[in-house]
Amino acid sequence: MASYSTNEFKSGLKVMLDGEPCTILENEFVKPGKGQAFNRVKLRNLKTNRVSEKTFKSGDSLEGADIVDREMQYLYNDGEFFHFMEPDSFEQHQASSTTVGDAALWLREQDMCMVMLFNGAPLAVTPPNFVDLEIVETEPGVRGDTATGGTKPARLSTGAVAKVPLFVNQGEIIRCDTRTGEYVSRVKG
Amino acid sequence: MRQATARGSTVTAAQRWRPTAPLANLRRRAQIVGAIRAYFAAQGVLEVETPQIGSATVSDPHLNSLYVAGYGYLQTSPEYAMKRLLAAGSGSIYQLARVFRADEHGRRHQPEFTLLEWYRLGYSLERLIDEVGSIARLALGDLPSERQRYRDLFQRYLGLDPLRCELGALRSAAAEHLDLAFDDADRDTWLELLMSAVIEPQLGRNVLSFVVDYPPSQAALARLRRDADGELVAARFELYFAGVELANGYHELADADEQRTRFAADLQTRAALGLPAVALDSDFLAALSAGLPDCSGVALGLDRLIMLAVGAHSLAEVMAFAVPWGELDESA
Repeated sequence: MASYSTNEFKSGLKVMLDGEPCTILENEFVKPGKGQAFNRVKLRNLKTNRVSEKTFKSGDSLEGADIVDREMQYLYNDGEFFHFMEPDSFEQHQASSTTVGDAALWLREQDMCMVMLFNGAPLAVTPPNFVDLEIVETEPGVRGDTATGGTKPARLSTGAVAKVPLFVNQGEIIRCDTRTGEYVSRVKG
Repeated sequence: MRQATARGSTVTAAQRWRPTAPLANLRRRAQIVGAIRAYFAAQGVLEVETPQIGSATVSDPHLNSLYVAGYGYLQTSPEYAMKRLLAAGSGSIYQLARVFRADEHGRRHQPEFTLLEWYRLGYSLERLIDEVGSIARLALGDLPSERQRYRDLFQRYLGLDPLRCELGALRSAAAEHLDLAFDDADRDTWLELLMSAVIEPQLGRNVLSFVVDYPPSQAALARLRRDADGELVAARFELYFAGVELANGYHELADADEQRTRFAADLQTRAALGLPAVALDSDFLAALSAGLPDCSGVALGLDRLIMLAVGAHSLAEVMAFAVPWGELDESA
């Protein structure tokens, strides 16, 4: 991988810090008029999502991290690993449930999602922003109640639980925003 | 296509031609420049202009000059040329100088910016500090001022004596306040880090905060003198306001031999750091040999002064067309 000097640290750049892949969030240049320059850099660890601020001497450099985002199809979960496939090459990747994390709550077999690869292996999985899922369990609906604005929990086919309006019933398909976990609308099936 | 602006937000390509600064800020900028010129005219200080490009440049290890092949170095400060004027008998002079510094780019740094630099014949450092306060008030309004010794600030904020403590104590203090990506640095690097990252943000809260009596290793072009405790210090001051470094002034070194020694030391440091050697300004040294009159001088970051005057947070908000930084190009 190429190495990057502090003056190339832009927001979004992926670098290796203490052996861990990180993305740069902010880079503040600090320099006393005639003195040594420093860079105070905010980074997010891509494994742990922890944000830290590191101080560098300007001109120091970090190795780039071999990070690529690939759109892949989620195939299945074998009980231990989640399996994904690149649609063009049919190359398959497996990811542990730790790697997949909360994304597992929104993944339906055959759906496309974004897989971040680190040195060729999955590091994180991002589901589509919106998914349509079936309600497998919720309290019976209150017919005609579209006005009171109340909500109830509903368990979805993937295991996620979303708050839905009172008038929505078990067996219906709803659209959710995976970034917030919120109900968006009913989907006519 | 989207392009990052110097403000850190993004604008569409169609908007890229627009100024990075609101026009109201540029009008305020023009007013402040007008007030500064009127002040110096009333004081009988001569406005001068010196070349922005020259065959020689500064030796400071931490100032990188831009080099234009066939023409020379873009000047990082008008200091040497102005001192040649002083040695030639100009009397007190000032300049609004466009200067250039490579590798300096951030919220408060631009590769091209404006220095207000002036020299006062026969002025002590203390008298020049008073005048810097007057200039700052032209932009910032009526503010009190305070003077603190560099050494006292380190005692207060870090419990350290910056002139005498061990190198390891400086490193520990830095590691205590900051998550460091390095642990090997020389004494001045630790001092500069602690000053800029720990002390500076505390300075100048509703007061013009002057710091005086710098360590002799940070004298640059200032004379050395004994402070009230008999310690050898640099006859140098800096002005801070709202946590921002605004001005750097010296009782100017006039000893050509001492200057030559400092140049040589800078070149050694540059070599040790793997930095390019630079051509030294022999005309400047000759002018010092011919005789620089006793004077104090100061360089004030005009863009930063205006930034603080309008309550902005980045230089881009007070410069018509600042160079963008901070975000990856879409193509990268």
